[in-house]
Amino acid sequence: MRELFTASLVMSTLRLATPLVLAALGGLFSERAGVINIALEGIMLAGAFTAAAVTYAVGNPWVGLLGGIGAGMLIAAIHALACIRYKADQVVTGTAINILMFGMPGFLSGAFFLSSGSTPQLPKEQLIPYTPMVMAGLLVPLTWYVLYRTPFGLRLRSVGENPAAADAAGVSVPLIRYSGVLVSGVLAGIGGAYLSIGQSSLFTRNMTSGRGFIGLAALIFGKWRPVQTMLACVLFGFTEAVSIQMQGVVKLPSGEDIPVQFIQMVPYLLTIIVLAGFIGRSRPPRALGLPYEKE
Amino acid sequence: MLELRNITKRFGDVLANDRVNITVQSGTIHAIIGENGAGKSTAMRIAYGFYTADSGEILIDGTVCRIAAPRDAIARGIGMVHQHFMLVGPMTVAENIVLGAEPGSALALGVTTASADIRRLSGELGLAVDPDAVVDHLSVGQQQRVELLKALYRHAQLLILDEPTAVLTPREVDEFFAILRGMREQGKTVVIITHKLSEVLAISDEVTVMRDGRVVGRLHTKETNAAELARLMVDRDVLLRVDKPAATMLGATTLRVRSLSVRAHDGAARVDRVSFDVRAGEIVGIAGVEGNGQTELIEALSGLAEASTVSGEIRLGDQDITRFGARARRELGIAHIPEDRHRRGLLLEFDLAENSILGVHYRKPAAYAGGILLDDPAIRRHAADIIAAFDVRPANVDLPARALSGGNQQKLIVGREFDLRPTLLLVAQPTRGVDIGAIEFIHRKLIALRDEGCAVLLVSAEIEEVTSLSDRVLVIHRGRIAGEVDPKAATVDEIGLLMTRGH
Repeated sequence: MRELFTASLVMSTLRLATPLVLAALGGLFSERAGVINIALEGIMLAGAFTAAAVTYAVGNPWVGLLGGIGAGMLIAAIHALACIRYKADQVVTGTAINILMFGMPGFLSGAFFLSSGSTPQLPKEQLIPYTPMVMAGLLVPLTWYVLYRTPFGLRLRSVGENPAAADAAGVSVPLIRYSGVLVSGVLAGIGGAYLSIGQSSLFTRNMTSGRGFIGLAALIFGKWRPVQTMLACVLFGFTEAVSIQMQGVVKLPSGEDIPVQFIQMVPYLLTIIVLAGFIGRSRPPRALGLPYEKE
Repeated sequence: MLELRNITKRFGDVLANDRVNITVQSGTIHAIIGENGAGKSTAMRIAYGFYTADSGEILIDGTVCRIAAPRDAIARGIGMVHQHFMLVGPMTVAENIVLGAEPGSALALGVTTASADIRRLSGELGLAVDPDAVVDHLSVGQQQRVELLKALYRHAQLLILDEPTAVLTPREVDEFFAILRGMREQGKTVVIITHKLSEVLAISDEVTVMRDGRVVGRLHTKETNAAELARLMVDRDVLLRVDKPAATMLGATTLRVRSLSVRAHDGAARVDRVSFDVRAGEIVGIAGVEGNGQTELIEALSGLAEASTVSGEIRLGDQDITRFGARARRELGIAHIPEDRHRRGLLLEFDLAENSILGVHYRKPAAYAGGILLDDPAIRRHAADIIAAFDVRPANVDLPARALSGGNQQKLIVGREFDLRPTLLLVAQPTRGVDIGAIEFIHRKLIALRDEGCAVLLVSAEIEEVTSLSDRVLVIHRGRIAGEVDPKAATVDEIGLLMTRGH
């Protein structure tokens, strides 16, 4: 049992927490402005696929990262347009985007790479395994500062709590909401890119496997606050790291291996338990999910 | 000087403003009065850029201005305090005040420097408020100060106040008016929207009267009086005080309340060992500043309060109903006209027919076959009867309740509750947000019900309403009955003191 808790576990935790932090902080900018963003999953998929495809095409992961960011912003812009301009139901829109992005990479990779869902393998020197981790780490205090110490942050929070008050105070509600959702596209796009050109070396079908949703769960667990949200992401990253290391190590009393599938369930199970039971009263922004209409 | 010229604004089928012309002279206090739905707020919201007019123009100091959003109005020195405050509850006073006009750079908010400015501003006008307090924790009166400071912080030269006194106690109204006069002395212009004639006469220099979306009068306050203003507002003579014969056929005790307490979830007593009786054929008024336990008292009596929070005894006739639920109490003849008609009184998206059977939906005439099927023709007839008897307009049972004005919504509720033929009527704020015509109508109906032998318990934040309708008045303060007064003998000041000090 002791060999589980090692430096490699710490490293593994941070690696696994990185995409969650990026997704969750992205969600924070959107939801603090009052727009529910369950499209995070789809945005990450778009970012992951585009980053891998672009990196393969030009041979430069930084260009690939920019491509991932661009794709994330594009998907976020669709979500924003539907939710803000056309006042669509934000959950339905987000779900539609997720379903779309579940299928889209397979379609595109079929067209570009003659494969059904994966991009070609990238060489090791075309990967960026550490930069996104550092970015995620720096983004936490940065987000805190923007949120609580800049006019943009004040406006963002006010628009998510009481858009009518912000409007009356001379703040443009749509402008702030668009900004918030687009920032979420940037961050979740980076998170997705990290999965394909950081953690691994190609895009595989549905490679986010629910990380956008877990990021969202961390955001709720963290009460829509940057530092708490990061801690929640680290917790989820840690359980995932443990579950990976447990595979084949921890055995049942009978001496048999615990089935891998069972161990892989643990992070998701934890998400449900935490959300259902342990967070207590987590108060979302009051205008979350409500399109702004003047009476 | 602010001038609205030929402003027209339509909301769907409703013509809210019909070629409205209003001129506000600089350095004056200008009142805009009218009944609910007369278009006062709409006109001023257009001036503030909250709505845009369909046609017409806005002039400031003689030049035509395009005001498409509040920020355009703010830039031209116009501030507005809305009837429902526009504050972000979880944020601090300072954050609310600087929002949209942040003093720092894009990278720094500058709330600390703002706090100093806010303290200075509030000192100048006697608007004491702590910049670091969270708005949700402030009283309504304090929140109003924050709204004023917010406008002044943006260097507003002209302040539009929409029904500013609705939330204040009589004493606070006096202080508030002193602040407004102070602002006028500083050369600022104030526009106050109200439907209270006494306030118009007390504070304003000039008055614009609106009715049905049109301006029907422009007067100098000195040259007019309450009767004239009221006539202009409703286009006929109105009784400003209820003319009512004394209770004649006082019957047996209908409601007997003994040592009734209601506790909040934090354990604090919201209603504290209250005892009183209401007899058949009398109206007992409960006067008090809002938030002193009136809501909880009514909820306990109507059976809507959570049973575990209620202790003491409630008897209807000779029956102990303390543990009865709301439906059982209605079956026994307790009708309830709730203080918040949108929360407890109506389902706004439902049509008038459906709203007319709330609470009797399970029995005849609304339902048949043991209460599992609704009898639509009977329901519509039932609704049409109520609408005819209580003059609900428009008289269309298919309209959603949302489409009605506040006064007509209230008349529908009053009609529905009267239709129960109650032995006890619980009625809270019966004329809140209701126009003068409907107020008069509802008051007459309440007295008629009393004269038929119903016991009526009336809660109202309007002292005038309580004293003129009630046969006896109990003053409630911090959940306790602070005293009983004779409404014919007591003055508003005496009652006001009991309300605010409790002795």
